[in-house]
This record gives sequence, C-alpha cells and structure tokens, in this order.
Amino acid sequence: MSTTATPTVGGIGTSARRVDGIPKVTGAFAYGSDLDAENSLWGFTLRSPHASARIRAIDLAAARRGPGVAAVLIADDLPARRTFGLEFCDQPVLADGVVRYTGEPVAVVAAGTLEEARQAAAAISVDYEPLEPVTDMEKALRPDAPRVHDFGNVLRHVHIVHGDLETAEADVWVEGYYETATQDQAALGPEAGLAVPASDGGVDLYVATQWLHVDRQQIAPCLGLPEERVRITLAGVGGAFGSREDVHMQIHASLLALHTGRPVRMSYGREESFHGHVHRHPSRTWIRYGATRDGHLVACDVRLLLDGGAYASSSPAVIVNASTLAAGPYEVPNVRVEGTVVYTNTPPCGAMRGFGAPQVCFAYESAMDALAAELGMDPLELRLRNALHTGSVLPTGQVVTGSAPVREVIERLAAMPLPPEEPASGRDPISYPGGAGNVGRGESLRRGIGYAVGYKNIAYSEGFDDAAEATVTVRPGPDGPVASIRTAAVEYGQGLYTVLAQIVRSELGVEEVVVEPATTESGSAGSTSASRQTTMSGGAVLGACAEIKQELGKRPLEEPISRTFTYHHRPTTELDENGQGEPHVAFAFAAERAVVEVDAELGLVRVLQVAAVQDAGRVLNPQGATGQVEGGTAMGLGLAVMEELQLEDGNIRNASFTDYLIPTILDAPPIVTELVEVPEPGAPLGVKGVGEMATVVATSAVVAALRDATGRMLNRAPATPEDLVGIRLPATTAGPAPVPDVPGQRAIPEYAGLGLGQQELMKARER
Amino acid sequence: MEALLARSLEEALALRAAHPEAVPVAGGTDLMVAVNFGRARPPALLDLSRVQELRSWRRENGAVFVGAGMTFARIGRELGEFRPLVEAARSVGSPQIRSRATIGGNVGTASPAGDAIPVLAAYGAAVVVGSTRGERREAWDAFFIGPKRTTLAPDELVLGVEWQAPDGPGSFAKVGTRNAMVIAIAGLCLQLDLRARTVRLALGSVAPTVVRAPDAEAFAADVVPWDDPERGLPEEAAAEFGRLAALAARPIDDVRGSAAYRRHAVEVLARRALRWTLADRSAGAC
Amino acid sequence: MLIRTTVNGRDCEVDVWPGASLLALLRDELGLSGSKNACEQGECGSCSAWLDGELVCACLVPAVQADGAAVRTVESLGDGERLHAVQDAFLAAGAVQCGFCTPGMVVAAVDLLERDPAPTDETIREALAGNLCRCTGYQKILDAVHLAAAEPA
Repeated sequence: MSTTATPTVGGIGTSARRVDGIPKVTGAFAYGSDLDAENSLWGFTLRSPHASARIRAIDLAAARRGPGVAAVLIADDLPARRTFGLEFCDQPVLADGVVRYTGEPVAVVAAGTLEEARQAAAAISVDYEPLEPVTDMEKALRPDAPRVHDFGNVLRHVHIVHGDLETAEADVWVEGYYETATQDQAALGPEAGLAVPASDGGVDLYVATQWLHVDRQQIAPCLGLPEERVRITLAGVGGAFGSREDVHMQIHASLLALHTGRPVRMSYGREESFHGHVHRHPSRTWIRYGATRDGHLVACDVRLLLDGGAYASSSPAVIVNASTLAAGPYEVPNVRVEGTVVYTNTPPCGAMRGFGAPQVCFAYESAMDALAAELGMDPLELRLRNALHTGSVLPTGQVVTGSAPVREVIERLAAMPLPPEEPASGRDPISYPGGAGNVGRGESLRRGIGYAVGYKNIAYSEGFDDAAEATVTVRPGPDGPVASIRTAAVEYGQGLYTVLAQIVRSELGVEEVVVEPATTESGSAGSTSASRQTTMSGGAVLGACAEIKQELGKRPLEEPISRTFTYHHRPTTELDENGQGEPHVAFAFAAERAVVEVDAELGLVRVLQVAAVQDAGRVLNPQGATGQVEGGTAMGLGLAVMEELQLEDGNIRNASFTDYLIPTILDAPPIVTELVEVPEPGAPLGVKGVGEMATVVATSAVVAALRDATGRMLNRAPATPEDLVGIRLPATTAGPAPVPDVPGQRAIPEYAGLGLGQQELMKARER
Repeated sequence: MEALLARSLEEALALRAAHPEAVPVAGGTDLMVAVNFGRARPPALLDLSRVQELRSWRRENGAVFVGAGMTFARIGRELGEFRPLVEAARSVGSPQIRSRATIGGNVGTASPAGDAIPVLAAYGAAVVVGSTRGERREAWDAFFIGPKRTTLAPDELVLGVEWQAPDGPGSFAKVGTRNAMVIAIAGLCLQLDLRARTVRLALGSVAPTVVRAPDAEAFAADVVPWDDPERGLPEEAAAEFGRLAALAARPIDDVRGSAAYRRHAVEVLARRALRWTLADRSAGAC
Repeated sequence: MLIRTTVNGRDCEVDVWPGASLLALLRDELGLSGSKNACEQGECGSCSAWLDGELVCACLVPAVQADGAAVRTVESLGDGERLHAVQDAFLAAGAVQCGFCTPGMVVAAVDLLERDPAPTDETIREALAGNLCRCTGYQKILDAVHLAAAEPA
C-alpha cells in the first residue's frame, strides 16, 4: 500500500507525473476492494426493502445455521454506541426497531465466501410493519406529514437577509422555478475495505475513505473502544466525489472482525453501492432577480429547498453552502435567502462535488439568462456588469478579501474560439446525436450555445477549524537526499500526493520524494473535499519544509530531519440571526460555455465542446488541474442530460449502470480549459482548489445551450429527450415552499437537545 | 450449481434433453448479470460456447442461415451485405459485449429490446430449433410469445435463424438516452424488397414482443415509387408512414422512458428509415 | 469445478464454483486483482481482459468457459522492467486519476492499437465506448491513445 517514488524532476508548476501512476497502470495499485488477509471472512449487509417500517421481529436462526457462516449481527448485538453520523449521530449502525429508508442496513453477516454470506443474509427473516413514508420534500414540510424523526422533518433552515428587499427598486423583475434531480457520485471503486482484529483488542482498518480521523471518531464509540485502538490505514480509493465521506462499511466490518476474531473484508456490489452512500441533494428553487434597465442587479430573493433523505449526514453544511451562494457571483445589494433542508424517507443525501453550489448555480444562472433576455442584453455582458470582485460585499455581509478575477474569467471565456461548424450530412453515423444507435443522418440538427458563471467556497465553513497536519522528513541517501511525506490526507485521484511531492521538491531541492501510507498515526489532515486539500495539506507540507530549510541552513544533512506542521486557514464565523457573518474561508470562480448539437425531433444531444475558464489562484500541476476541470465538467454534463437517481415512493428504480447513465467517451465532448492565476492572498503558494468549480457550472452551461438549441424553457436538470422534444412540460409549482418556524440558524437536532454535531465535537476537541 | 460443458451439437442436445433445468449459456452477457447480482441461481449451466456447429453461417442461393453462436462482433465483420443486421450489431453494447453476445442469446432471451430481433422480424426470419427429437422451424412471430417468453421447449436449443435474403436496402435504428451502451428505448428495422415490392417494418422495445406494423407497411407499399428509383417520397407520405408506424406501437412507461416518447420516437425513426432506404436505393446501396 | 486454463502464459488449475465469473477466478483464485469489479454487469469495462485473443468483460464470462482457453490480463502488459507503450502514454498524458478504470481502459486501448495502429478520434471513442471513467472526462485518455499510437513500434 505504499506509493512509489517517481525519480523525475518535477517541482511546482510542472506537470509532474503521478507518484502513484505506475501501480495504477499496471494494475498493482491496491484499492479497498482488492485487499485480503489470511483466514479472512466476507461481510455482507442485509438492507431494508421498505422506505419506512417498524421492525417487529428478526429471526436469525436459519441464517446462523448457514454453511460457512461465522456471525450474524443485528442492533441488539451492538456492544456500545448504536449511532454514527458526520454532523449528528442520528444514523443507526444497524436499524434499531425502525427503518427510515429503503436500503438501510438491518443486519450484517460474516461467512467464508461472499456467496455464503449472501445466502445467509437472504435467510434472515425480518417481520416488518410498513408505515406510511414521506418521500416528497415539500410534503415533508406539511404539519401532517409522517415524521422521519421525532422532532420533525426540518433538519435545518437558513435565513439570510441583506439590505432591504421590500424597498428595493427595480425596473425589471424575473422570476423562475428550477429543479435538479438526485445525482449519484458513481465512483467506479466501490465501498470496500478490510478490518483486522488486533491483539490489543482493537482493530486495524484498511478502507477507502475521504477522512481517516472523522471515520475513527465515529467508529470507536460504536465498537466501545478508545480511539487509539482503532487504527485506520488508507486503502486505494477508486474515486469518491463525496461518496466516501460518510461511514459505509467501516463499523460493520470492524464489528464482525471483533466478534469473530478474524479479518473481515467487505466490498459493495454496484446495486448495493447506490444504496450504500449518500447522494447529491435534489433541489427546488424559487428565485427572483430585480434589476435596473441597464442591467444592474438590485435584488435577489431565493427560496431553496433540499431533500436530505432519512439521516443528517452533512446536510446542515450543504444547506448553508447553498444558501450563502444562492445569489450567484454577483453584487446584489438587497438579498433574501430562505434555505431549508428536510428529512424524508429516502436514501440519505450528503456530500457530492459542489456541495449545494451546483443546485443553486442552476437556478441563478437560468434566472440570469432569463433576465438578460428580458433586458435585451447579451448574457455575458449582464454577468460582467454585476460580477463580484475583491472588495465586494456578499449577501452574508462577508467582504471578498481574496482574489476574485470574475471579470477576467468571463472575458477569457468569451474570447475562446467556437468549434467550427460541421456539415449536417455525410458524417459517420456515430457522430450524430444518438451515437451508436444510428438514428440520424443530419436531420433536424440545431446548434446551441450556453454560458454559466459560478462560484464555490473553499474549505470548511461557519467557524470550523479544519486544520491539516503533515510531517516531512529528509534523510541522506546513497544517491543524494531523500524526502518523505507523512500525511493522513486522502488521495483519491485528484493528484494530491503528486503536488505535495512537487512542493517538497521545489522547497527542499530534493528530487526523490516518497509519500508514505496515510494512517491515523498522523494527526488529522481534514477531509479531501471542499476543494481544500491542496491548500490545507499543501500549507502543512510547506510549513514543515520551511522549518526543515531552517535546520538545513545551520548544518549539513547527516541525520534525518523531520518536522511536523499543522496548517490552519484563517478563522471564519457562524451566521447570526440574519445570516450575516464571515462563514467562508475563500472562494474560487469558474465559467463555462457549452456548444451543443441537438437532434430536435428526437431530443438527443451531442455536446460539441465545453470551454472552461477557472480561477485557480496558482497552478501547481497544469496537467492535474486541467484534469480536474475536465472530469468535473463531465460530471456536471451528466446531471445536465442523463443522470438522475429515480425514486418512487422512496425506492431507487435505477440502481445499476444500465439505467443510471453516466457519460461514456462518446458522450464526453472536447473540453478546452484555461486557468486564470491571480494568487489567493494568505493561501499557501496562492493556490485555490480546483476540484469542484467545473461541476458547479457545467450543468448550467449545458442546459443553457440546450435552451438555445431547442427554444424550450427547460427548468429541470437533467433535461432528457422527453424535455427536449416537449413531451414532458417544464416543472410547475404551486408557489414557494412555506418557510418553517425554527428556533434559529442552527440544525434542529441541536435545539432538540441531541447534542453538538459531530463536526462541532471535532472543533471543540482540536482547540 | 453444476456446469455441463458441451463440445458438439450432438452432445449439447443430449445434455439439454437430460438436464432441462440447466440454463444454456453461450456469451453469458445476459445470464451472468443475473448470476452476479444474486438474482439467478440456476441448478446448472449448459455451456454452449464450444459448440462449433453453432458458430457459423451460410448463404445458399438466397437462403441465409446464421448459427446461434455467431457473436455480434463476427456478424458485424462477416455479414456486411445485411446492412441493418450490421447496424444493429454495431449498436450492441461495447466491443467487449459484442465479442461475446450472440444472436442466439438475443433470440433465446427474447427481450422485446433485443437488438437483433427487429431485424429478424423485418426479414421475416424463422428461428431454427433443435432437440434430440429433431429440428423444427418456427416463424419469428410464432416463436416470440411474450416478453422474455418463447415456444422453446425445455429440451430444445436455438440452433440459429434463417431468412430469404431480401432484395433491397434496409436500415436499423435505436434510440437511447446517451450515445453508447444503451438498452433501446425504441428501435426499429425497415426493409425494402424491390422485387416483391414490399416494405417490412419491425418495432422493438415498444410492445411486449417485437411487432411488425402492417398498416404502415401496406401504406408504404402503395406510396413507394417502385418504378422510379430516383424519386423520393413526398413529406406527407413519409409523415403518414411515421404516424401509422407509431400506431402499431403499444409501449409502456418505465424507468427508461415514457410511452409517449416511445411512440414519438417510432414515428420519427420510421419516417427517417423510409427516407434513408429510398435514398440508399437511389444510390445503389443495399 | 476444476478449471484448467492458461493465464498470462502460465498454466493454472483452479477449483471454482460453477456460477463464478472469469473475473472472480482471476481476482479471488489467482490473486490477479488488476482487473476490477466496478459494476458486475459488463457496463463499465473495468474488468476488460482477453479470452483467446478477444476483448471481453471478464465479469460476464462464466469461469467454466475459460477451461482450455488462454486468458490475458493487464498484468501481462509490459515486461516487468518497462511499461507497455500504452501504459507509459497514459502516465505521460495525465490520463490516470483514481486509476480504477485504468487497467480496463489500458487493455481496451492496447486491443484497439493492435488492430488499428493509427486510429482517429471517432475510432478511439467507439473502441472505448464500453469503458467508463468518472474522473477524467476522457479528454486525456484520448490524448494518451494518440500518444501511444504515435510511438514507434
């Protein structure tokens, strides 16, 4: 599980080759699903078939007798704490008398083979009493709706008031209603790992995750163990995009391992994976913009509703993100945002690349296009006229103190050449919309162009001190000094370890750099999410290198020199009762232009090009950064035209890659990227994260292009063939969802006396 | 679970007769999905992948026979004169799937979305079935009796499909929500016979089985300018053909698409397919 | 059931459950975990391998069909010292992020180039249509295949 040193010259600013590249191309790289140990058992989970039900009885007799079965556990067998959760510990390790979503774990089995474990799970007899579920986010707000949890269905409501919407004078108002569907991260690597019981009564866990320490903080109490006896080593992660931030098989595998005294491996199949991780919150947004005749925004009024599913996950943070970003990257003096995330009896939603920003971007950019049309103004000109810049005041009252080259980003985008026109006839049939289906020879092709500008915060918010620790060691070697980096930071493909190695190469002038396996032996590096890890772990590595350089300045290198540094970003604050404060650390901006070709009669799409400009602060690895923009764009494109987790009464209807469609290489367009480098003051090396921003804007740009091509209103993402041909009409609404009556800005479980959120605990502990 | 490996057709038929509960498998691209997902646990597999007699095709005068074991990759490479069949083959899955999925599997699984079946229907093909009791031929529309249901008896195997080579151009099309790797939301095959002056149109994924569209076919036979290969078809005639085709569809709403869209897609594709085949006729393409 | 097969040039004898796939045989019995298990239904291509020279999804091949056949996996590429040109090109072009799709993608790309040494963008897209990637957006994968094609044989 250690990575290989790459003996290439590659410091900051170069497209240095991945430090983990060779094992990945040879197939030697060990992902969580590849791990095994001697005498191991396979773990398997029995999941609820009901969206809401009481469990009357569970009969394990037949299962326990099954061939090869070593253990069958239900809630009653749990040795200690019975719940976990990223924010609030509201999620049962195993369903305790009641199930709240289809797919909720009810029992776990360990057996000699996966097939034996599966058979045993099938032999468990659960007597359910189905209850009426609430599966619609607006219905969840009704007073008579079934309650997912005792304290009601509102998880959190955020109220932001800036300026005075009531007296705002606008010449023109536009109003719109927009929906985005539930999206799945669809990381190719499944939830997987290996739990090995240790001789000290603890457990060694090798798992694909995004944050080792927050995992441990949730796992240990459920095992009845002190944290020191839960040791986590990062296994190879096959993509995450938010779906590895919540605990998946970690507690289950550990329980089974401790119970049986044998190593237990678990690896979800694809269908189970859809049920076994959180998804992107589906959204409904009611938005109004008011502007002067010459296109200056005067007011923005947003009612935002997200469906968080059955458990809290990171929803309280997602609604704050989305709400604070909901007016768009524009200067608007009068803003009101009412943002709610509710519980329903559906599979939980949580972190997914963009974390609330893509949903609101779809609403505000669609509304901005409508405003531009109303004003008779060029859509990009309208954006330029209102673009945020350093010194702008945001709807939260926070002043943008960092770099904010929004104008430059938009102008660079506008200057990028369009793809050449293609003749309608005479192409290879596979090049028409519809691709391999041979459905067209150039009939009814319409070209469309669409733009979107957006932004996202970097790192964690609302006062959270998500610091990152790293240790750098330099030692003399046979061919010169060798450096190593020890960090708990997770690499799951974005190239983090490579840029950390590049930083060490540049700072210490050492070519050979090894990144050691990530374990809980190191201090927390925080999550690899929120586009934060290059900044945070980069800052930690930089800090450690600075101290080493000081040492090296004093004497030659004879003994290893090791320095550990913890990097903190600047402090942020919570929101006051009007949603005012300094909730975010920093911002990054992006803009994309999509050019599409639509077969208008069939509603089939071929994206011809996406041009992307991103505000990157400082680019440490150009190839890596553009790789993030390209991948992020493809993910956003997926939500624009094809990705939707279809839920019916809380049940996922398309939990497979046959019917949950992600873009293939025939759906992905050429993506042209430009990176704008205006260093972020106060950030290590001036960097900004690049992981999420392309995803934030890509969906909106593609749908805007589809509107241009078809002339249809398209207020829903994804815009499917049915929408594009007009068979399915635009989504309608009876009006903005009512604003719930809440005690304050915090998540309701806190007011309900359910203790501080998990992340609050982390804040308190690390201070 | 047992695995029975047949190394010849004779052995395959004997094993089939002796083990009717064994599920025949060639490419495995349908069956293995169900097995991997834990949804299917047949008591035995009857492996046909080594039965060479099934992996061939022949054309004698106008009579074409394609063995059940012919993969879509080979069909694409070797049966180029049957353009709609090749177009259907090219639309199946991915290169990895095409190298394994067989026409016999398509027929045996009998999904109304099976990509080759509309082509067989437009060719008026017969399914050739074998058992230790002998061989029989059954017209495609008698063989397919419902979604994933055929007249195949427990001791029978699909040996292949046969048809009379049509004299004229044809075309296959299928709609899916992305540009590759889709199960058809709607599909069709249109085939002209210049000598018999008939038009055959078969629709897939829009009814419990693949269906033909006899009203549309009759209408087209009337309006196609048989005597004048250079002439195309007026707008209204093509549009009416499309409408009649859509009326022959009996689609449902499901997770992949709505009935309304499916009907609409059939109308559009039928209209286009007729134009293409007439254009191909003018161009001398077959 | 006892299967006799040749994998990456080595003769092997393995006992598998008859319902097992070739992928399970490779990964669980032979410890060749380079071929991946992202979907178990032939939709993603992460299990791509060669069976008697043909590119297949190993997850859909019943293991019993490998009896008497020759199987080749990603582990057969390169010669221990040097990477295969396609592998090297993937690294040079930045076509690897999480890497989960990479073995299957590399195998499919090698298969393409063995048949078509100078593919166009369209040919590459059609050849790799069965290999899903969630990280890269495919742009750099296309670059990598062109790069490998340009390498002298």
